[in-house]
Amino acid sequence: MLKRFFYSKKIAPYIFVLPFIITVLLFWAAPISNGILLSFQDILKDQWVGTQNYERLLSDKIFLKAIFNSVKYMLGTLILLIPFPLLFASLLNSKLMKKPGLFKSAYFIPALTSVVVAGTVFRLMFGEAAGSLANQVIGFFGFSPIKWLKNAETSYFILLLVACWRWTGVNILYFLAGLQSIPSELYEAAAIDGASKWQQFTKISIPLVKPTSVYVLTISIYAGLSMFLESYMLFKGNNSPNNIGLTIVGYLYRQGIEKRAMGYACAVGCILLLIIMAVNLIQLKLTGAFGKEEK
Amino acid sequence: MGSRKKKDKAASIAMIILFSVLAILIVLPVFTLFIASFKPGGDLLQYGLNLDLKLERMSLDNYVLLFTGNHDYWRWFLNSIVLTVLTVFCTLFVSAFVGYGFAVYDFKGKNFLFIIVLIILSIPLEVVMLPLYKQISGWGDNYAAIILPFMAHASTIFFFRQYLFGIPQSILEAGRIDGATEFGIFFRLIIPVMKPAFAAMAILNGMNAWNNYLWPLLVIRSSSKYTLTLGLNTLINPYGDNYSLLIVGSFFSIVPIFILFVCFQKYFVEGMTAGAVKG
Repeated sequence: MLKRFFYSKKIAPYIFVLPFIITVLLFWAAPISNGILLSFQDILKDQWVGTQNYERLLSDKIFLKAIFNSVKYMLGTLILLIPFPLLFASLLNSKLMKKPGLFKSAYFIPALTSVVVAGTVFRLMFGEAAGSLANQVIGFFGFSPIKWLKNAETSYFILLLVACWRWTGVNILYFLAGLQSIPSELYEAAAIDGASKWQQFTKISIPLVKPTSVYVLTISIYAGLSMFLESYMLFKGNNSPNNIGLTIVGYLYRQGIEKRAMGYACAVGCILLLIIMAVNLIQLKLTGAFGKEEK
Repeated sequence: MGSRKKKDKAASIAMIILFSVLAILIVLPVFTLFIASFKPGGDLLQYGLNLDLKLERMSLDNYVLLFTGNHDYWRWFLNSIVLTVLTVFCTLFVSAFVGYGFAVYDFKGKNFLFIIVLIILSIPLEVVMLPLYKQISGWGDNYAAIILPFMAHASTIFFFRQYLFGIPQSILEAGRIDGATEFGIFFRLIIPVMKPAFAAMAILNGMNAWNNYLWPLLVIRSSSKYTLTLGLNTLINPYGDNYSLLIVGSFFSIVPIFILFVCFQKYFVEGMTAGAVKG
């Protein structure tokens, strides 16, 4: 009897999705609600403190700096990691490009490396010594060595460079996949009507890869706002001079793991979650995912 | 017509130059790492990474250290292999199971559940890592704590669901007529036709598991359980031979993935770009 019940076509679907339901309840819903509850407590004193953690955060200069750094980093990656990969992808996709495969393989290599290796390599390439690659390059143009990771502008540049190094190739692949789903007849028809390559790019490619662009845009926003390990590896830990490399998640890690102020750290997490959910809602609205599911 | 051809030729050469420069810039950091793996670790501390080829200072010493030295590198390497294999196996199995449920059935609450898949897809682990860590720290630092929370993996479920949309309903009907149960259909008829999808997701999840750092950094305490990423990071403090091992070990940690990439490039790209087109 029981066996029949589980095997019936009515019950089976729920058994199939059961692992997901359990995962959501145990590993997402529980920690998120727990995090929200913790954010109203002071764990070290073991007492409820109301909105005190949030009030403190809003006037915490270091936290505001962390938000500023994360947002600045996120905007930088958006500017560099969407238009250029899109342009490169459409060039690679054009008929004039004979062997795009070889380049595609090379561009994929950074995606194979861990953030530990990537961070270590870039930290050492931008070392302070005159002999580091970066200082050799600027030395060639007559500049004296720079302490790259000790001031705000150059470290911002290096963080963006690491991001570009790791994700340019992957984003090119994303856009290539999107571009290849556009029927080539469209370009042929446009060419017969006398449209230039640039016009074809702006009038056909850009509008028709919009789903891909929205996807890349949203994952870049999430990744940018929650960046932590890149900075953690570049600065050899969570402490950077004057907090130039501190991000929202870095601050969460510092408060929660290093200072054991779990309640305060969870308040940081809740604020980040709020920001992410807001971005998420906007994205689902724009792509009409809600409408699609209801059909 | 002739000038048109000439113009195309010039454009194509310009593009090859552009993409070659880009390729060189992208490969450059890995190449400097490769060169550094032949230099003494002390040089690295003193000068940082560069492209200098001082042959008299280059040797295979670091490789000798890597393969015969007294250190934990190979333990980390083995741990990473074990963790990667377990992660891939569990994630693929559970996510395919769930993805199948979403793809072939209509049931009450399906749309709601699927919206939750989409929402979870977008929440970075960083947001929940502290309360999740607090919740799980009671389990001790074992690999179950690394694997279990992410077995029903939203993006992998999403991929399998998309893939299974293409499976003809007639296979399922034929199975039912033959008297197979719903699970029998999944195990005997569906899993065999999912091979390409499994390949793509195995590679993507395997790569992520091999390179995973943040969650193991929180969960794993005892050094006997360190993975490669955790172990390599213990070497960034320059004592003894640390830097020699760090550099040659970092380079060598890319090698297994690189070999897989060369052999199964198609699946790498497929797994990576799956979410991007359909959005």
